[in-house]
Amino acid sequence: MSAEPSAVARSLADVAPEPGVSKPDPILVAAEVTKTFGGLRAVDVDALEVQRGAITGLIGPNGAGKTTFFNVLTGFDRPDTGRWTFDGKPMSGMPAHRVARSGMVRTFQLTKALGRMTVLDNMKLAAVGQRGEHFLPALLPPLWRAQETAIEARAEGLLEYFNMIHMRDEFAATLSGGQRKLLEMARALMVEPTMVMLDEPMAGVNPALTQSLLGHVTGLRDEGMTVLFVEHDMDVVMGISDWVVCMAQGQIIAEGTPEAIARNPEVIDAYLGRSRHREGEEQS
Amino acid sequence: MDPAAILANALRAALGPSAAAYALLAIGLNFHFGYTGLLNFGQVGFMLLGAYGVAITVTVFGGSLWLGLLVSLLLAVALALLLGAPTLRLRADYLAITTIAAAEILRFTFRASPSRDLTGGVFGLSGFAAEFNALNPYTSGIQIGFLAYNERQLWVLTVGWTLVALAVLLTYLLARSPWGRALKAIREDEDAARSLGKNVFGYKMQSLVLGGVIGALGGVVFALNLQSVHPDTFLPLLTFYFYTILILGGAATVLGPVAGSIVFWFLMAGMDATLRQAGAAGYMPDWFGADALGAVRFLVVGIGLMLLMIFRPQGMFGDRRELALNVR
Repeated sequence: MSAEPSAVARSLADVAPEPGVSKPDPILVAAEVTKTFGGLRAVDVDALEVQRGAITGLIGPNGAGKTTFFNVLTGFDRPDTGRWTFDGKPMSGMPAHRVARSGMVRTFQLTKALGRMTVLDNMKLAAVGQRGEHFLPALLPPLWRAQETAIEARAEGLLEYFNMIHMRDEFAATLSGGQRKLLEMARALMVEPTMVMLDEPMAGVNPALTQSLLGHVTGLRDEGMTVLFVEHDMDVVMGISDWVVCMAQGQIIAEGTPEAIARNPEVIDAYLGRSRHREGEEQS
Repeated sequence: MDPAAILANALRAALGPSAAAYALLAIGLNFHFGYTGLLNFGQVGFMLLGAYGVAITVTVFGGSLWLGLLVSLLLAVALALLLGAPTLRLRADYLAITTIAAAEILRFTFRASPSRDLTGGVFGLSGFAAEFNALNPYTSGIQIGFLAYNERQLWVLTVGWTLVALAVLLTYLLARSPWGRALKAIREDEDAARSLGKNVFGYKMQSLVLGGVIGALGGVVFALNLQSVHPDTFLPLLTFYFYTILILGGAATVLGPVAGSIVFWFLMAGMDATLRQAGAAGYMPDWFGADALGAVRFLVVGIGLMLLMIFRPQGMFGDRRELALNVR
């Protein structure tokens, strides 16, 4: 995928491949984050730093706690313990909408297109700091019309970039699964985030669109954004990540460059161990 | 049988004060259910507070009509805050259960004998409309074709439909604003709205308060028209009439609740007049008395509404394209 290693990948080349290792320029720093559901310890992360401007892949077998960790970091779930800072500001316990406003925007594993709103309205909704979103100014269109026009122009620009401009007036519910993924990503960018959290952005998307989505993800990095994404497809993760973090049973068991992770015996045990085991069964 | 008389009766009701009051209540519900997706099953509770706010302030405390109006609206705000604070962070069904219970609690509290000094108990309150009547600028009634209203009715109609027009204007402005867009986003998927930086709880609360206040205005119009209030008027059934009106006209449309109310009252009054006349003319079997008439009226109106929903599920003003979408 990327023939030349990116600048940020080079900056991570010297970082030791150990769980919880410090990064040269972290944007997200989390410590002692735990979340239990009944007796199950879904998330038990001692330390994690995410490098600014890098694409970090978060992998792990089903039930490893990746999505729960995502939910906790973005304010959608309340952790039992834990503190984390984003861009130097403490963010633990912040409600989800304020997390988004401070520049950390997430997407969802099951896409959440706003079905009975048009594609363009989906986009325009996501702009932050809209004057017309307050009750009284909403009644006086002259107060927000200029801003609305600017937002619309920006939305159309993004739709154009994502090759969706021809869908602008369609209801989002009429989009295909892949188009919804694209819309969700484009919509997240309307928030003007510094960090994008993508929860399985390629799930249920056909191979051709996967390629285009991958291009967009690397595009985000090239625009200077930080990306943290959960993914199952190892080819995808290894292809575009600058850094990979592997979770199993709620804990971070390994991190490192894609090459280091691919060789890491802990990861192979936790993640790929099952297939090796199955091969053994077939032989017997 | 006199078709002209039946039509006159139906039209009188369709354009009458109750239709205006119900339209206001449905407009309020439209903000809750149509735009925000809040399942408020206690809209009649806001109506009750609107009606009693004026009635109690004027008759018990000797306050002015305007003070009464203010009290009505403040009570509606208080009820909305009280209902919303614990439930709006939870799943939609909690609000539904809480609102239907709250409306019944209000009705039972207002009719209970210990409340008699304040609310008149089961006897209700009357004699609070004098100041309103005194403001009447009309000196004679009106007769347009076979439609006739006396000067007092005309005054209630003017006030009622003016308030409806203002509420429609408010809906129009808000539905097209970024504020309205945020409400619709919450209706579609509140987690998505949250992930895009919208304060979902705040918007839901604003919607609940706004719809409740408009509903309370409907209660005020209703009470001023009847010039008396009785607790047992405010049955849970009324909330479902408001839902019927809203869905009949088209949820999340600007004019839907108004058109819905007019058609609803036209059908109800028209059916009533038809059955009464048929009874009087001897077309009906002997067992068909006054009790049966009431029941059959609802039955026929119910069938009519069902047919409308089957052939026009999006309501009169709704967009069928929108309804056909498989959301989620």
